[in-house]
Amino acid sequence: MLNGMLNCLPDADHLFPAMPAASQPLTIASRTFRSRLMLGTGKFASGELMHDAIAASGSEIVTVALRRADLTGKGDPFANILDFIPKTVLLLPNTSGAMNAEEAVRLARLAVAAGLPNWVKLEIHPDPRYLLPDPIETLKAAETLVKEGFTVLPYINADPVLARRLQDVGTATVMPLGSPIGSHQGITTRRQIEIIINQATVPVVVDAGIGAPSHAAEALEMGADAVLVNTAVAIAADPVRMAVAFRQAVEAGRAAFEIGLAEASSEAGATSPLTTFLYGT
Amino acid sequence: MTESLATILDALPGRKSPLLARFATLLEPKTPAQMEAMARESRTITRRNFGRTMRIFAPLYVSNECINNCRYCGFSRDNPILRVTLSVAQVVREAAHLADQGFRNVLLVAGEHPRFVSEGYLEQCIAAIRERVPTVGIEVGPMETPEYKRMVDAGCEGLVVYQETYDRAVYEQMHTAGPKRDFDWRLACPERGYAAGFRRIGIGALFGLSDWRLEALRLAAHLEHLYRQCWKAVFTVSFPRLRPAAGGFKPLTEFADTALVQTLCAFRLTFPEVGIVLSTREPAPLRDALCRLGVTMMSAGSHTEPGGYTGAGAEDLHLTVRGRRVELETRAACERAEGQFGIADTRDMPEVAAMLRGQGIDPVWKDWDPAILQPAV
Repeated sequence: MLNGMLNCLPDADHLFPAMPAASQPLTIASRTFRSRLMLGTGKFASGELMHDAIAASGSEIVTVALRRADLTGKGDPFANILDFIPKTVLLLPNTSGAMNAEEAVRLARLAVAAGLPNWVKLEIHPDPRYLLPDPIETLKAAETLVKEGFTVLPYINADPVLARRLQDVGTATVMPLGSPIGSHQGITTRRQIEIIINQATVPVVVDAGIGAPSHAAEALEMGADAVLVNTAVAIAADPVRMAVAFRQAVEAGRAAFEIGLAEASSEAGATSPLTTFLYGT
Repeated sequence: MTESLATILDALPGRKSPLLARFATLLEPKTPAQMEAMARESRTITRRNFGRTMRIFAPLYVSNECINNCRYCGFSRDNPILRVTLSVAQVVREAAHLADQGFRNVLLVAGEHPRFVSEGYLEQCIAAIRERVPTVGIEVGPMETPEYKRMVDAGCEGLVVYQETYDRAVYEQMHTAGPKRDFDWRLACPERGYAAGFRRIGIGALFGLSDWRLEALRLAAHLEHLYRQCWKAVFTVSFPRLRPAAGGFKPLTEFADTALVQTLCAFRLTFPEVGIVLSTREPAPLRDALCRLGVTMMSAGSHTEPGGYTGAGAEDLHLTVRGRRVELETRAACERAEGQFGIADTRDMPEVAAMLRGQGIDPVWKDWDPAILQPAV
């Protein structure tokens, strides 16, 4: 019916211009990714649902808490979270559970020994109540891990000076939080993240607090290079559809950033000039 | 300056922090519609913080020897029950059985008796089962910080100490003999444990001894205090109800299902990050309903007697009179050590796991790696 109607229109082609150019790829430590959406693997109702949500999200980087995985190589069927992660994605082990630099470094080394990639999402949040990252221990661990050849993606509070210190140390990204993990508050640290983005020499990934696709789009529109989402997808009534919604929001936000958003104004903009009479025509 | 916990508890319910004032209003009588609203909010907050998951653990009783007399407890020293302390090898056997079933989180439980359950013995038990069980906790007689540190160094990261009742007068009536009579020493256990390096600390009260609203309020005050003092620890709370046990003690106060649900939801709404533990004391239909409302950690297929999983230690059963072992004159083949209390949900782990999956909840077995604390064994 709809097709028939459209065919009647003389300029139907005009309504459907060619697909827009693909967004610029994301490059982290010389590796290129098409997707700017990273996913976390906690809180899902089952391994199968997690797998399907990852596949639907188009994510190419998926993070997993090492404490939930079997690191002994014995194939523990009661700690088999890794089995549900599609083999096509880059597995990004994270150090959640570590309370200080020493423990995070130990976990990262153990992951490599267990055959996992030497990329690590460095997470040190000793306060289990708000899961806010410890800046001092994170910087210490980053120094050690970078020296040992790890590709380090540190989770940090939205602190521009800390972000610069980590860049100086040689981390592959910085991952400032939008708001506390799982809080769904969105990007409450917007002003600080803007400073981090302006000063960045490495990709900026907004991690934590992203509760809605609109939050993800906002981060990308601001110029963040990527976002990491977990809870909002994992606990959704339909995680697969929510993963698609985030994928679309990330693509939309990135496209808008690349095109350039118009400046916002508090007043209406006149479509007809108001001052041309001054200059005669 | 922060007040001492004893001062805070003694001032309740008259003087409350703003957080506890809100908590107290949640415990006021509610209509069914208000209860439903609380339950819905509780579920939402739990999902946001813990996801659609449930941590799974099993208790492993290593000894039922005790030097205390607690009127409600089957292990009380004057109860003429069959007693045993498992050897380290027997503890390993029990742990291996649990590990085969999938358990990766085991809580070692013992009565309080320094002669039978020494720190050295517990240290050996922890070290011996660590290879099979990534997460080991203890629920044993209180210790001083240096002894707790030995447990942590052996590979233990969880400590459970229930105050039983925060009502000093009732506490005194209930604990008639033994070192447990010291209310304040027990009250300070979580902080001593934190100082020793425990990361997961479980507190709770035994409901059925004192007015439930006051008990819950004081438990909440303890939790609020601990969150301030021990900022790196993960806390869990539990609201065990009295169950039938040797000695035949009857509950002094009522704690109905509605009160249990209201307490659970009030804790979740006030402390979104706290873990809430539900044991097999509660019957299956109630557990199936509660696992949607805010519970984050469950046991299943539990035994509360030493050797309960494999029959280990049956050959060593004896009586203990005035701290001395007394051999049995006759021994029947089917005899077992006495349990601490009778369990109500007798389903095994696969049944409980299937129930959880049926409700869209993923059972999480392993959530900790001992390598975080020390190199792999």
